[in-house]
Amino acid sequence: MSTSKFKIIAEEQSQPLTFNFSSENLTKAKKIIKMYPSNFKESSIMPLLSIAQEQNHGWLPKKAIEYVSNFIEVPEIKVLEIATFYSMYNLSPVGKFHIEVCTTTPCMLRGSDPMLDLCKKKFGLEIGGITEDGLFSLGRVECLGACVNAPVVKINENYYEDLDSESLNTLLDSLKMNKKVKIGPQSKRKGSEPVK
Amino acid sequence: MKKENIIFSNLYGKHDESIKGALKRGDWKNISKILKLDKQDIINKIKDSGLRGRGGAGFSTGMKWDFMPKISGRQHYLVINADEGEPGTCKDRDIIRNEPHKLVEGCLISGYAIGADKCYIYIRGEFYNEAKILQTAIDDAYSKGFLGKNILGLKINFDIYIHYGSGAYVCGEETALIESLEGKKGQPRLKPPFPANVGVFGKPTTVNNVETIAVVPTILRRGPEWFSSLGRENNTGSKIFCISGQVNKPCNVEEELGVPLKYLIQKYAGDVIGGWDNLLAIIPGGSSVPLLPKSECENVLMDFDSLKNAGSGLGTGGIIVMNKQTDVVSAIARLAEFYKHESCGQCTPCREGTGWLMRVMKRLENNECSFEEVQMLEEVTHQIEGHTICALGDAAAWPIQGLLKHFKKDILKRIQKKNVA
Repeated sequence: MSTSKFKIIAEEQSQPLTFNFSSENLTKAKKIIKMYPSNFKESSIMPLLSIAQEQNHGWLPKKAIEYVSNFIEVPEIKVLEIATFYSMYNLSPVGKFHIEVCTTTPCMLRGSDPMLDLCKKKFGLEIGGITEDGLFSLGRVECLGACVNAPVVKINENYYEDLDSESLNTLLDSLKMNKKVKIGPQSKRKGSEPVK
Repeated sequence: MKKENIIFSNLYGKHDESIKGALKRGDWKNISKILKLDKQDIINKIKDSGLRGRGGAGFSTGMKWDFMPKISGRQHYLVINADEGEPGTCKDRDIIRNEPHKLVEGCLISGYAIGADKCYIYIRGEFYNEAKILQTAIDDAYSKGFLGKNILGLKINFDIYIHYGSGAYVCGEETALIESLEGKKGQPRLKPPFPANVGVFGKPTTVNNVETIAVVPTILRRGPEWFSSLGRENNTGSKIFCISGQVNKPCNVEEELGVPLKYLIQKYAGDVIGGWDNLLAIIPGGSSVPLLPKSECENVLMDFDSLKNAGSGLGTGGIIVMNKQTDVVSAIARLAEFYKHESCGQCTPCREGTGWLMRVMKRLENNECSFEEVQMLEEVTHQIEGHTICALGDAAAWPIQGLLKHFKKDILKRIQKKNVA
């Protein structure tokens, strides 16, 4: 079970008053529902929560959970149960750049702890924290499944791999300055091939 | 292995992964000829090839398919397990992003063989970009007429849907995955009934790993004899190995099963950092299998049976290398933390046990344990092992058992040193 601070339901003042799917997501949602047998409406909960979270800058407000429950006509508690069980749903606001550092053994052996410390120091954050300007938030995650490119950090939907202190620092600076960054390995290789 | 025997020629994404590139590499070639084969004929060919599941358990794929009911006209499902998250494993990600058509074609052929006309690919939510590439591959296969209704005029219907997971390792267990597909918490089911009888949406279902399904088209094209000529008896074919940790060149590589572990690390991964003699231990098959000390790594072969005989397992083929600069206790303590985080909470021995293991491993790491606690640690792992619905409990117990089996002396020495000081 996840113990991340982002899994705690946000306080009232952070909760938006309404939530509705954008017209683009409404089309997507209707398509999603058709993927599953009509008597298994609950199957759509996960994909619908995912697009709701994407639309709401990386986190799920209470209104979104209520909206999804009304949308597919299942009890709200079933939707909330899914939103709390699965670690990728955030129930309180995250930064514009949500940094998730993998620290499981294969990453740890390649120096992921110093990467996590670098993020903490750079932004003065603890795990589960968010910067005052709302730009960066920091989380620690279990195996991201890119072990031969360790250490790995996930920022929003992208992986940044083969990191060291220098490349991570540059990456975070570039994001802050809205510069274009290279997704994937920050070394010279393209994917999982051995370096020459 | 010989270059002409390599199945995943675009493993590293150096060539075009789109349908154009895939067709050039021979994917989808003569697909109608394969789909004209009798269903049982395909199952028998896969049985003859000796293919064993690549997701960890290593069960015969052909036999698994044969468990599906043979009455036609009933709804069957094929479900692909792309919820890759076993620490040390990152092979399915490469197949999905660089060889997506091998997977899509494999889904069609395997689905046809087991009488399914619908397939769900359950991909972990973190693989957002990879899933987009896969969706493009599926869309392109539809527009070429390889998927959809009445495929190539053969009266075969087949649809593939991608379902995103959302960060639960336990959903890699097939019945938890099925629960998750049904929109519930990913908590494993008791077996029986087995998925082949009562699977997703209550219908007969086969759940296979990405790599298993992605090799099926090549096996049928080149023949089961070709596949079984690779590797060793009862451990046939090739496999993608992921070499991570303290090696000079961490990488993924496809090799024949039965390749010596030492050769694999020296030839492809540029050897252990500090040289082979600086090796401490290796976890050979993803985090869930017990580690092997250097002495065992000298001659062990990388296949299901050899590693089982050595007291470990091939698992997913994720090789985690630790050299002598590693504190092996903290490396395993980190895994204990992983299993605590990922326990679904359904069975008490696992829910309570993984937390206990984590806390004691943390104390062991900080050298705060007594001799008696080390003994107790071992006992508790045996109380978890075999007493849970799914294998996550076993997976949490085995790394610690492996640690204590091979490094107990060092651990006790460490405690003694502290007691004297």
